[in-house]
Amino acid sequence: MAIKKSKIALFTISLLPVAWLVYGVFANKLGANPIEYIIRDLGEWGLRFLLLTLCITPLRVMGQWPSLAQYRRMLGLFAFFYVFLHLTIFIVVDLSGSMSALWHEIVKRKFITVGMLAFIILIPLAITSVNKIIKRMGAARWKTLHKGVYVASILAVLHFYWMAKADKTEPLIYAAILAVLLGYRVYAAWAKSRKKKTV
Amino acid sequence: MITKDTITPKEIYLKRRELMQAAGVGIAASMLPTLPAYAADDAEKLTPKESITTYNNFYEFGTAKDEPAINAKNFVTKPWEIDVGGLCERPQKISFDEFFAPFKKEERVYRLRCVEGWSMVIPWTGVNLYDLLSRFKITGDAKYVAFETLHDPERMPGQKSNVLQWPYREGLRIDEAMHPLTFMATGLYGEDLPPQNGAPMRLVVPWKYGFKSIKSITKITFTDKQPETSWNLSNPQEYGFYSNVNPNIDHPRWSQATERRLGEIFKRDTEMFNGYGDQVASLYKDMDLAKNF
Repeated sequence: MAIKKSKIALFTISLLPVAWLVYGVFANKLGANPIEYIIRDLGEWGLRFLLLTLCITPLRVMGQWPSLAQYRRMLGLFAFFYVFLHLTIFIVVDLSGSMSALWHEIVKRKFITVGMLAFIILIPLAITSVNKIIKRMGAARWKTLHKGVYVASILAVLHFYWMAKADKTEPLIYAAILAVLLGYRVYAAWAKSRKKKTV
Repeated sequence: MITKDTITPKEIYLKRRELMQAAGVGIAASMLPTLPAYAADDAEKLTPKESITTYNNFYEFGTAKDEPAINAKNFVTKPWEIDVGGLCERPQKISFDEFFAPFKKEERVYRLRCVEGWSMVIPWTGVNLYDLLSRFKITGDAKYVAFETLHDPERMPGQKSNVLQWPYREGLRIDEAMHPLTFMATGLYGEDLPPQNGAPMRLVVPWKYGFKSIKSITKITFTDKQPETSWNLSNPQEYGFYSNVNPNIDHPRWSQATERRLGEIFKRDTEMFNGYGDQVASLYKDMDLAKNF
C-alpha cells in the first residue's frame, strides 16, 4: 500500500530538529558548549513531540478533525526517537558509557530518576505501536497501556524543572501546556460520566 | 568499550580530537601563546576567545548563555566608580582609573569551573587583589571582604527579573581575598573585558565555583560579618559561602565529580580546589568542607 504524501511530509518535517543539530555541529552554530546544546535540544524536542501526541485527541474531538488520529503514532515514535537520542548521547559523552555511573546517577539525582522512569514508560508504548501487536492486544488493553503517556509526560516536565538551575520559566511553560492537555482529559471524563448519568 | 578506568581522560581527549580532525570537523584554531608563570598546566589549551565571550552566566543581561553577549553590547563602563569602605582607615569612592593607576597589569591564565559542570581556561589581564586593596589600610578587625555588582535595571535589563536578588553580592574570607591567586581582572586575551565578561573589572577566584568571581564590581566593603552572597540567598541548600571546587561534595541535584572542558567531548575528572590545592588547601586545613560547602 502506498504511503500517504501527508505522512511522508510529516516524517520529513519531524526529522528537521535532528538535521539542524547535525548541521549545527559541523557549521559550528551551536555555541561554545555544543554537547550541552545537543543534549538539551534533543530532550526538548522529545517533550514537544510528547505534547504534540497529546494534542491529537482534543483537536480531533473539539476541532472535529478525525483524520488527525492517523498521525499520532508517528508523532509518538518521534518523541521516543528524540528521547532515546537524548539519553544515549548523555550516557556516551557525559558518563563515558559507564553503566555503573548511569546507575549511580539514576539513584542519586532525582531529576534523572524521573527522566529515566519517563523513558522506561515510553519503551512499551513504542514497542506496542506496531499494527500486529495492537490487534493482538485488543483496543481496550492497548488504550489502558497507552494512558502511560500521561505519567511519562508529567515525569518529563518534572525532569526539566528539577534540572533547571534557577530560571524555571521554560519548564513552567511546558507544565502549563501539559496542564491544559491533561485538563482536557479530566473534562472529557467528567462529561462522559455526566452523559452516562442522564441516560 | 573504552571506559574511564582503562584510559586516562587526557588520552581519550587527544584520541577523540585526532579522530575529529581526521573526520574533517573544524576545530577552533588553538591559541598557544607563551604561558606565563601562573599558567594552569603547560598542556592545557586556552579556551578560544569566541567561546569565552559568547557563553556567559551573567543574569543581569539574561539567563541564557548567549544572551549577555547580545544584551550587554552597549553597556557603558566609563566612567566607573568603586565605593570602598567598611573596616579600613581610608574609605573612599575611587574612580576605575585611579584604582588601577599605581599598578602594572599582568596576564594570568586560570581555569574557571562553573558550578553547572563546565570549565574554561582563560588568559586574564589585571592586578592581584592584595595589591589593589592595600592602599585602603584594612583594619585588624576585618574578617571578610564583601563585593557588590552595579545595581541599575536600566543599564542591566536582566535586573528587572527577580531570578536573583539584586545587586549581585559576593564575599571572601580576608585570607582568601589576600591570597596571591585572587585576581581582579580588567581584560582577557590582551584586550579590555567585553561587557558580557564583567566589564570593566571582575574578580577571579580560580579555586572556587565561577559564581564567586563577581562581575562589574562597584562596591567593596571590609567587614567582620560573613557577607551575604547572591546564590546562597537564592538557594542556601545548594550554594554555600565557600563554594570551593570539590569533586567529593555534590550539588544537591547534580554531581560535581566531573566537568566538561569546553572544546572537549568527554567529561574530565574535576580536581579538588580546581587543581589549585597546592596553593590554597592550607586555608581550609581545619575546616569540615562538607559543612562549609
